[in-house]
Parts: sequence; C-alpha cells; structure tokens
Amino acid sequence: MFASLKCIIGRDLTLAMRHRSDVLTTVFFFVIVVSLFPLGVGPETDLLRSMAAGVVWVSALLASMLSLSRLFADDYNDGTLEQLLLAPQPLALMVFGKVLAHWIISGLPLVLMAPLLGLQFGLSGDGLLMLMVTLLLGTPVLSLVGAIGAALTLGLRGGGVLVSLLVLPLYIPVLIFGAGGVEASISGMGAEGHLSLLGAILILALLLAPLASAAALRISVE
Amino acid sequence: MLNIANLECVRGDRQLFSGLSFSLEEGSLLHVHGANGSGKTTLLRAIAGLVLPEDGEIEWHGKSTRKLGEDFNRELIYMGHHYGLKFELTGYENLRIFAQLGGFDITERKVEMALKSMGLARCFELPVKVLSQGQKKRVSLARLLLQRSRLWILDEPFVALDVAGVSMLLEMIKEHVADGGMVILTTHQEVDVEVGKLQHLHLGEH
Repeated sequence: MFASLKCIIGRDLTLAMRHRSDVLTTVFFFVIVVSLFPLGVGPETDLLRSMAAGVVWVSALLASMLSLSRLFADDYNDGTLEQLLLAPQPLALMVFGKVLAHWIISGLPLVLMAPLLGLQFGLSGDGLLMLMVTLLLGTPVLSLVGAIGAALTLGLRGGGVLVSLLVLPLYIPVLIFGAGGVEASISGMGAEGHLSLLGAILILALLLAPLASAAALRISVE
Repeated sequence: MLNIANLECVRGDRQLFSGLSFSLEEGSLLHVHGANGSGKTTLLRAIAGLVLPEDGEIEWHGKSTRKLGEDFNRELIYMGHHYGLKFELTGYENLRIFAQLGGFDITERKVEMALKSMGLARCFELPVKVLSQGQKKRVSLARLLLQRSRLWILDEPFVALDVAGVSMLLEMIKEHVADGGMVILTTHQEVDVEVGKLQHLHLGEH
C-alpha cells in the first residue's frame, strides 16, 4: 500500500521536474504579487509591517489557486486518471499521494520563500519564523481542500475560474488563523492558539479531503 | 465468470441500452458490435466500473463488482480510447508505474522483454511523446504482457496499429483466451478473431 503511495509521489515529482516551468510560474507569481505591495503602498515601515502577514498569506492563497487546476487535469486528459481509478489500490490513498506531491511542488517553495519576502516588509525575526510556521501548517490545507474543488470541476468548461469560486471561501479559516498567528506573535501576544487551530484544521483536512476528492473524482470521470 | 444482468445505461437524457444480459466464461471472447453512439464504450466502461449503470447487476464469480472493488480491479485490464500513458515519461517508466500500482514488482529486464516483443526495442529510453501514434499504442499494449489479469476490456484496440501490430495483438488475444482468460473488445475494423468461444453482442438493435 505504501509502495503505491511512494510510486504516485515519485511519479508526480518526476513529471514536475520535466515540466519545470509549471512549478516556477507558481513561485514567481507568489514572489511578484508579494513584492508589488511595498511598491504600491510606499515605504512606511509601520504600515508595511502591519500588513505583512495578510499580504503574504493572501498571495499564498492565490498562488496555490493557480496551480490547482493542473492537479488532476493532465491525468484526466491523457487517460491516466481512469487507470488510477482502476488500479487495485485505495483511491483516497493515491489522491493523498497526488496532493502531497502537489504540495511539495507548489506549497513548500512558498514556505521557503516567505522569510525572504517578509524582509521586504520589515518583519522581525520572530515574525518571520511565525510566518514560516503558519505557512507550513496552512499550505497543506490549501492543497488538500483545493483538491476537492479541482476534482469536482474536472472536465468542466471554465473549470479554472469555477474552482476559485468554490475553494477560496473554504480557505478563509486558514487565512484568518494563519495571518492572525503572525500578527499575534509580532504584537507579543503569543500565537499558540492560532497554531493549534491551524493544526486542528490540518488534521481534519488530512482525514477528510482525500476521501472527498476520491468520491468527486469518481463522479467527474463518469 | 462475468455475469451481466438487466443492465441499463443512460447518457444524459438518452437511454443507450436496457435489459442487457449476458455472461462470459473463462476462455472466451466477447465481440461487441454497434454503430457509433450505440453505447459500446459506455458498456465497456460500466463493466470496468468507471460508469455507474442506471440499473442492473454486474457480477464477477457471483459477487457484485462494485462490492469487490479493488479485488475486481486486480483481475482487470481496461484500455480505453486514451493511451493512459504519461507522455513525458519513458515507456519503461510508464510500465513500471502500472506494475507498482498493480501491486506487483517487475524487473527492468522483464519490461525490456515486453517492449522488445512489442517491437519497441529501440524506444526503451525515449519519452513516449516522441513516439508515433502506433508506437504509443504498442507501449500501452505491452501492459497486457506484463500484468496477469484475467479480464481484458479493450475499446478499439486496433486503432493506429499497422498490419504487423494488428496480427501481433490478435496473437496475444488468442493466447490469453487459450490460457483461460476473458476478453471483451469492440472494433470497427474487420478482424477475424478465431478463438475457442466467440460471442457476439449487437448493441442498438432494439
């Protein structure tokens, strides 16, 4: 069973490595959107510092949105998705593998880039660390919840826009606790509460999202 | 033993077929005939479990295939209109993924042999996207040699194959049926499949 999980993750990572431009567009989109804010708002440090968490988090949501439509679409178009459905393995497990690979490709780079970008906003060391930790807990949720939306809109015309409308509202709790955690830590209130809530959301998403996406895939492929 | 009872499939608002019943024994081949749009592909996908039939039962050795789930999938190779291959990966990588997901291990040597006997000895290291249509088809057909599944469901398997490819596939089908396997196929090409037990099913005539 874990061999198949490893196989799916390896497969998707290999494919991503042979399509590097797809990976890089997401990361560059994130970098550019975040960098536009200091340019647009001006160099007032206090103002920038107070909006840093929100800006980075919203940009992360949009960047992860951008890569969602590709999560299942390529496999759907070349028929490998129906072969996955017919493989003698639990579908939810394979979906989990795909989501994990998707997070490594499109979520993890955001986590690693975030401290660099946070510097532009004059975030302190604690703030930068908290930004990374909240993103580390939050971006997997974005991939997991996004997978449900991507599976539901598979093969539909204008699926890319539809998936945003469907999934962005579901991202709101992650955004609130993610950005809130960073702000709480900057203002010295401590972010344990925010982190534990993010962790709880992550566990819930880990449990339920693969099952929901698997069910949605079965409907979409039909 | 595959048993289909009272199967009904609907696509959109249109009823494709209803009350369809047949059974397929070990060592036999079912050739599904029908005009375009008569529901051949839907029937094949329903048997494979990709389409939920409106009504009726599909049973494998007396048990519903839906309930068997993965156990039924292990007995089955389905090949649809798509090749089911990742074009960025090589033929070897593609076949190895099929094997790992199928739950069995294959050696590099075995894959090499399979690709060689499909006439693809030189394409071992090439990504599938640079191969011709017929060669892609051959790569996907190489699965039939590697995977030991009893039921083959082949939707238009002869498309894009050259004369040598067609006769090779026919040979593989004959061998599989002689070994006690089952094959369900559709084709518009005139091919003589002379095997032990040959059944015909005509869709869209009622």
